[in-house]
This record gives sequence, structure tokens and C-alpha cells, in this order.
Amino acid sequence: MKKKRLLADILLIAGVLIAAAVVWLLLPRGGGGAAAVVTVNGEHYASLPLSEDAELLIRSDDGGENLLVISGGKARVTESNCPTGVCVETGAVSSEGQLIVCLPHKVVIEIVG
Amino acid sequence: MAALALVFGYIESLIPTGIPGVKLGLGNLVVLTAMYAVSVRGAAAVSAVKIFLGGLLFGSFAGLLYSLAGGAVSFLVMLALKKSGRFGLVGVSAAGGVVHNIAQLAVACAVLGGIKLAYMLPLLLISGLVTGIVVGFAAVPCISLAQRAGKGKK
Repeated sequence: MKKKRLLADILLIAGVLIAAAVVWLLLPRGGGGAAAVVTVNGEHYASLPLSEDAELLIRSDDGGENLLVISGGKARVTESNCPTGVCVETGAVSSEGQLIVCLPHKVVIEIVG
Repeated sequence: MAALALVFGYIESLIPTGIPGVKLGLGNLVVLTAMYAVSVRGAAAVSAVKIFLGGLLFGSFAGLLYSLAGGAVSFLVMLALKKSGRFGLVGVSAAGGVVHNIAQLAVACAVLGGIKLAYMLPLLLISGLVTGIVVGFAAVPCISLAQRAGKGKK
């Protein structure tokens, strides 16, 4: 009985790993991206070419602020007043399809080719 | 039983604000312990408190939605797997962690619009799995402790 459960657990874990790998492989992946597209609350906010160094303060509803910095062909969020800070922790992104997401502010920064 | 759930709820209230980003799912440890050592109802109460506090952490209605989706779905899945009797503690916990992340991602897709967020799916699957497994192993001593404490009170 106990062994059977162990087997089921292992199968379940293996299944998730395989699913993650399959999704990973299926996702289209391009080379270096050309621009960072900023979306706030599902609406287009700004597009910045990665070739030019720039800074953009993204203001969202209810006082949300994310500072997007583009330098050396990479985009990163360096500052945010959200409680979770995931967007800052994501670090720099530069290849097509990569994302920086700030859930509390509904901000999505996507790298496009 | 309700008192135990309240104590768990209090412990939980100290935990969730700790780690930003990929959370360890310590809250789930409490839910899991309650589910195995106390009762389904106790676990549901703890889960509800966890969902509410998680929503407060985000500090908005959308935040509550994320928390609710993740918490409720993972609770139901863990309960179903436990009831099925086919899976061990670690398996139940791992599944809970994974569906928690999937549910939150699904809500994020709905709120933000677009399936671009699928790019985060592999990472979220793995992190949910790993934290779920860790929590599952950590729950073993917690559950036996809680069971002993429960017996002592009777």
C-alpha cells in the first residue's frame, strides 16, 4: 500500500516535470529582441527600442510605479513600489518572448523581435 | 479543533510576508498539517485565512483574486488527491503547489489579457513542484506533532 503511494507520487512528480519540459520546448523562441513593449492593464503603454539606452517610469492605476531601464541592449525594472518586487527580481531580459511582469500593477513588459 | 485552526491561522499570519517572489508555500504547510492532523473543516478554515491574508499582501481586489484562485484550487486538488487514497503526503503537497501556481497564472492571463504569460509556465510548474515537495517532507514531523498535541488535550 505504502509502496504503491510512493510510486504514484513519483509518477505525479515525473508527469509535472515532463509537462514543464514539453511546454518549454513548444514555446517559440527567437534570437535577440529588438524592442520592449510595455502593456498596462492589457492596454499598450509604450514601445522602446533596445538599441537605445533609456529610462521610463511606468505609472499604472492606484499609484503603481515601475522604473524600466534599458541599457546595453537589455531591459530591466530597477525600481517598483509594489509589495512583491518580482519584477525587479526578474532581472534583465533581452531575447524575444521574454517577459517582466508586475502582477500588482498589471504591468507586462514583453521583448519582441 | 477550531482553536487549533485559529492558532495555525495566527502562525500563518506571521509567515507569508517573509519571502517575495517565489514563495516557499509555508502557508500550505499549515493547511496540509491541518488537513491530515485536524480535519477537513479545520484545513478549510486555515485555507480561508491564508487566502484572505495573501490578498492583503497584494493590497488590491485583483490581489485577492490571485490569492483566492491559487488557494482554493490547490485546496480542492489536495483534498481530492488525499481522499482518493492513491497518493502519499508528498504527492498531494506537490500537486497542490503546482496547481496553485497554474491557477494564479490563469488569473493573471485573464486579468492582463493574452497568453504571453505562458512563457512563465515552465518556471512556475517547476517551482510549484519543488516547493510542494519540500513542504510535503516538512509536513511529516508537523503532522505527527500536531496529532500528539491533539491527543494530549483529550
